[in-house]
Amino acid sequence: MDIPYTVKNRPDTGLYNGKLGVWLFLASEVMLFGGLFSAYIFLRTGVDNWPMGAEYLSVPLATLNTMFLITSSVTMVMSWASLKLNDFKKFKMYAGITLLLALGFLVVKYFEYTSKFHHGYFPSTNNFLGIYFTMTGLHVLHVIGGIVVIFFYWMPGAKMWETDPGRFTNRIEIVGLYWHFVDLVWIFLFPVLYLL
Amino acid sequence: MANMTPEEVKHHIKTYVMVFVALAFLTVVTVGISYLDLGVTGGIVLALIVASIKGSLVACYFMHLIDEKITIYWTLLATVAMFLVLLFLPLSTSLAQTQV
Repeated sequence: MDIPYTVKNRPDTGLYNGKLGVWLFLASEVMLFGGLFSAYIFLRTGVDNWPMGAEYLSVPLATLNTMFLITSSVTMVMSWASLKLNDFKKFKMYAGITLLLALGFLVVKYFEYTSKFHHGYFPSTNNFLGIYFTMTGLHVLHVIGGIVVIFFYWMPGAKMWETDPGRFTNRIEIVGLYWHFVDLVWIFLFPVLYLL
Repeated sequence: MANMTPEEVKHHIKTYVMVFVALAFLTVVTVGISYLDLGVTGGIVLALIVASIKGSLVACYFMHLIDEKITIYWTLLATVAMFLVLLFLPLSTSLAQTQV
């Protein structure tokens, strides 16, 4: 039996099922990160002296990572648009660039983390580093999750384009929704942790 | 988004490129603001305003919220309401503690 409404929109919601499902998932993700932002406010307002992020963290590296994620967001949406234009080769190119940029983000994060550990800065050092490692660590896990899913649709999962192109295009659209959310979270993490 | 013509998709692509340029520019602005002496409150407010503009651009154009179905809007309205409760709940607690 075929799964209903994978390509066509449901009459009652006006959406295909996968899209509504991913939006509901993203709503739960907002609450997950919202809890941590709330914890950050609680910790920050609870003390008289809160360190500036730049005292511990590298602003240039974080700016580079911001550019990586912003660029990967545009290449992700371009990969979906390429499928809409029936250009599978361009999809492969844009999705490949998205993966490279996401891996670049992880490499920079690796250097950031190892530099902190080298200087003796750990999550247990103080509240600032505790919330920094928790929030960015959870975000990194989301980036890794995104890489796994994008890679799947870039390589083995791309076979679906030959058998069911409409469904494959929709899958790339909702993977993109998740990836843009990961970008969106970083857009707020960057000033909150590094610049303020 | 499901039944877009190739012309509409090409028009969207131009928008994506413009949004990307705006996001890159606003990233530079965000970093620049941190070097200005605006005080803690001023710096936080301005940085969060710029971050909100960037976030809105991503949500509206890359996530297509600007022309999405009503079901998504209702879902997000409920999410935003709960998110604000979550955000301000600890703040009200700490304010209450200050008054004691």
